[in-house]
Amino acid sequence: MLVSVYVPFLVTAALAVLAPPVARRLPPRPAAWALACAALVTAAGWAGSLALLAFTGVAQIPQIAAEGRWSVAVLRSEDPVSFVVAAGSTLVLTAGVVSLGVAAVRQGRQLVRARRECARLPGRTELAVIDDDAALAFALPGAPGRIVVSRGMLCCLGDEERTALLAHERAHLRGRHHIFRCVWRLTAALNPLLRPVAVAGDFVLERWADEEAAERVGDRAVVAHAVGRAALASAGASRPAALAVTGGAVPQRVRALLGPPPARRSLPLLVGGLLLVACCASLANAASDSDRMLDSAQGALCSAHAGTATAAPADHGHGTDGCRIDRDRPESGEQRF
Amino acid sequence: MAGRGDEGAQGASGRRARGELESDVLATLWAAGGPLTARDVRERLPGDLAYTTVLTILSRLYDKGILVRHRDGRGYAYEPARDEASHTAQRMHSLLEGGSDREAVLARFVSELSEQDENVLHQLLSGHGGTPPEAESKRSPGKR
Repeated sequence: MLVSVYVPFLVTAALAVLAPPVARRLPPRPAAWALACAALVTAAGWAGSLALLAFTGVAQIPQIAAEGRWSVAVLRSEDPVSFVVAAGSTLVLTAGVVSLGVAAVRQGRQLVRARRECARLPGRTELAVIDDDAALAFALPGAPGRIVVSRGMLCCLGDEERTALLAHERAHLRGRHHIFRCVWRLTAALNPLLRPVAVAGDFVLERWADEEAAERVGDRAVVAHAVGRAALASAGASRPAALAVTGGAVPQRVRALLGPPPARRSLPLLVGGLLLVACCASLANAASDSDRMLDSAQGALCSAHAGTATAAPADHGHGTDGCRIDRDRPESGEQRF
Repeated sequence: MAGRGDEGAQGASGRRARGELESDVLATLWAAGGPLTARDVRERLPGDLAYTTVLTILSRLYDKGILVRHRDGRGYAYEPARDEASHTAQRMHSLLEGGSDREAVLARFVSELSEQDENVLHQLLSGHGGTPPEAESKRSPGKR
């Protein structure tokens, strides 16, 4: 408990720093899956560790100890967590859960709205063109999802580049990339340390769609030019700055497409996987430690009670059992003594 | 990695391929800015499509009310139907204005450019004349 409960924090911090730059250089599809796994596992580990730390503090509140029938004195003597740490964990966890809830509601609303708009789009074709001079293109998830492109965007691209654009958006829909995006945003809402992972994740998804478009068109340079030209055309049309993801994302995509396809590398994925396993294992270890601690605190209280009433049962496990029965009759224990 | 792109495409090959062709044809017509005959469309589409395939797709899109057509010699010239599309434009704009929440749901093709990005992009695209710029790609991982 002393060390293992903090390991998930270390893993989260390590991944938040190391994963984004590494993921940007890996082939985008495995990188996206790796980032999604990393975000989910570390978010769960983070919340789990905070909950354990918070619980050790909460469990020492006399009223709660009375409710749970464990000995505050024993808990305090065994517990290595200071009250300040426990209180801080409680605060951070509460803030995280609230922000997660808010984010989940907002994301859900956006998703519902997108689906509704998707169903309302005219025509039963994959592509819906909007009659607008501004250059815009996006994938609208739904059942089935649609590709929305403006006339302005189509006009600024060459024949092959249009195919590349459609293939790119198709890859987003087929890969259900909006789910990845939601995962990253929700995990980042729970744990702000994961924000760089979300930013890198968005970039990796664009790269994934770019690479799939390049495979489809058969020419990486065509996709590079499509992305570059579309970005320049969009820059001409004035759009609010809220749409920016990261500075320099488009030039990076174009550069990556003009270069050779990224080489497969398994070492970073392996290291990341090991870190995640370490995170899970230490959380499990901390949880079982804390469970054992609670058990012994319950046992101590119970045998103390039992000792005054009858002869104390020598067997520790038996004592715990007795306590469980006691707990079912909440009045009996406290009032008899 | 098990499900490479085309593996899934083969499953529902016929329908998906047809849907994709429809998109390509529609995109071509919108980009043209004027009516096109089936022959014109075929010339502009990448790959080597059969004339009859293009004709079939055009008439299917026409049946769906997405295209309008005029007589042109012995055949027809097709053009996108515009009324619906301009209607949709407004709704899509308001959808995009959803702030940071919608970023997750709507994946835009390109994000915003800073002025510096714009310059870099011009260089990248003009630098890439015919031969692949080896130096550029070598340098790229370090720069961000």
